[in-house]
Amino acid sequence: MASLDRVKVLVLGDSGVGKSSLVHLLCQNQVLGNPSWTVGCSVDVRVHDYKEGTPEEKTYYIELWDVGGSVGCASSLKNTRAVFYNSVNGIVLVHDLTNKKSSQNLYRWSLEALNKDSSPTGVIVSNGDYDREQFADSSVPLLLIGTKFDQIPENKRNDVLTRTAFLSEDFNAEEINLDCTNQRYFAAGTSNAVKLSRFFDKVREKRYFTRDPSQMTGFTERKRFNFKSLHYD
Amino acid sequence: MSFLMDSVIMFTSQVFFFGFGWLFFMRQLFKDYEVRQYVVQVVFSITFAFSCTMFELIIFEILGALETSSRYFHWKFNLYVILLVLIFVVPFYIGYFVVSNIRLLQRQKLLFACVVWFTFMYFFWKLGDPFPILSPKHGILSIEQLISRVGVIGVTLMALLSGFGAVNCPYTYMSYFLRNVTESDILALERRLLQTMDMIVSKKKRIAMTRRQMYQRGEDQNKQTGFWGMIKSVTSSPTGSENLSLIQQEVDALEELSRQLFLETVDLQATKERIEYSKTFQGKYFNFLGYFFSIYCVWKIFMATINIVFDRVGKTDPVTRGIEITVNYLGIQFDVKFWSQHISFILVGIIIVTSIRGLLITLTKFFYAISSSKSSNVIVLVLAQIMGMYFVSSVLLMRMSMPLEYRSIVTEVLGELQFNFYHRWFDVIFLVSALSSILFLYLAHKQAPEKHMTP
Repeated sequence: MASLDRVKVLVLGDSGVGKSSLVHLLCQNQVLGNPSWTVGCSVDVRVHDYKEGTPEEKTYYIELWDVGGSVGCASSLKNTRAVFYNSVNGIVLVHDLTNKKSSQNLYRWSLEALNKDSSPTGVIVSNGDYDREQFADSSVPLLLIGTKFDQIPENKRNDVLTRTAFLSEDFNAEEINLDCTNQRYFAAGTSNAVKLSRFFDKVREKRYFTRDPSQMTGFTERKRFNFKSLHYD
Repeated sequence: MSFLMDSVIMFTSQVFFFGFGWLFFMRQLFKDYEVRQYVVQVVFSITFAFSCTMFELIIFEILGALETSSRYFHWKFNLYVILLVLIFVVPFYIGYFVVSNIRLLQRQKLLFACVVWFTFMYFFWKLGDPFPILSPKHGILSIEQLISRVGVIGVTLMALLSGFGAVNCPYTYMSYFLRNVTESDILALERRLLQTMDMIVSKKKRIAMTRRQMYQRGEDQNKQTGFWGMIKSVTSSPTGSENLSLIQQEVDALEELSRQLFLETVDLQATKERIEYSKTFQGKYFNFLGYFFSIYCVWKIFMATINIVFDRVGKTDPVTRGIEITVNYLGIQFDVKFWSQHISFILVGIIIVTSIRGLLITLTKFFYAISSSKSSNVIVLVLAQIMGMYFVSSVLLMRMSMPLEYRSIVTEVLGELQFNFYHRWFDVIFLVSALSSILFLYLAHKQAPEKHMTP
């Protein structure tokens, strides 16, 4: 029963870019005090108000799956990671603004996640080349987040921002640049918060409107589902 | 003028080695990271270049290339430079980068780096006391003092790596030790992992919903201000937060379980890949090599034990020994001088190349396993230090593999060290390392299979 209504978003990126801090900030609205290595995958849940402010406002859970590791690791690790890439509804790509390699590796990360999803035989087809068309008609919404924004000196900021603008164009995705140790980047009303909200709305729409085209039954079921007390065991 | 020519040759070869070290650093070690401190790359390449030059000088010694006097000069020069790098430059930079990672000490980086360096020097000096490596006639600041200590550290490292390598090599090559893993084992474990993740998700949803309800109802369990607030919180504990902490504990336990399941799955996947590899032609070849190496390993352990028990240090090197045997027992006559030169050249060349290659591969694997974007600089410098000490002590030990006429330059340059001590020390550490690796691998092997094999 629970698996029918899950909205799953992957958080991908190199080691040490700040995925765990980001997920903690998004889900707990608190800064992560002692970040440590993520072994395997850590999941957290964000309560999201779909279509906030409108009369159709609904509350949903978004699962953020923070998958650890690096792109160039052993194939046994990659095969095991692939288990987490099933039925993904959205991907958040995280890179470190102070480290160019982490931005370049994002292409490989997205290929790894998307190829797994589209080929049910489980064969990962990645010759390392990047094809923009794959992202144009891919149905999974992407969001690009750059971390450690505060560590860039003032005079370099413009270069970094132009570079990330190119990246977001390549991925056909929105971009957010922030510092995960500061809560004000996602304060209500900021453009970052709006972009995030729009992304999650898009994820949910893609998820539900491709699965059941009949909205009426879907809505009443979910109403019952969300506002009663939840019993999962 | 020949001295100038020789110097030019040496210098070009050093530049060549420097370039190779630079490329290796960029392409292999740091291929996933961004090099922000070029000084690290420079230091690493310099260490590599001067270590390789030492090996090159040994080869020149055997071949008789270049003038004797210029060879001697370059030996001395090289040795001084590499000792300078290993004892002053690299430890200082290690201290500097370690200190820059710690936030508290940002202000006085240089000061603390110097403090770290002095501590290192103190322990480095103390290292010489328990070992009978020097004769008393050496002064306190002589070059022998430094080399002897570097030699001790380097020989220990070499013996540890050799011991572990000698045991691990047949263990990984031979397919006899591979546990039997089937596809269904892996699928079952993956299913368990996903189920655990689902349970974590559902519990976290519960926590999130409860928190949101509490927040909406205006309860804020953190702020119970004032005296009456404290009394109230004792008598009427809100059930929400009690439930929360209980569920949170369950979530923590489940997360630990999911991490363990993940690591086991990775282990099984790796074993399955090794099984598939062993069925290929290459795999079969390595399997055969594994048997050969296991015999070699047993022989080496045996020889080390004999050396220690009977207090025996080999007087002749294998080349002269081999030639003696062929001449005396097999009756084959040939030009001893000519052949001994060529054979020792080939033998020493092989030893040098395999030890450099082996060390670089081991360093790369080690670096991938433990480095992160913060600590990569420190780790690379530590590896450069290990590499330098390793190469210096290989020169020391290689003396035993060369015929007498070529040993002289090494003896002359390195001074009057007790070379026999180093060989004995190598045997002891090798034995200890090999035996403990056998024990360790045995325990690891026994403990793994029972966990999740299909019955």
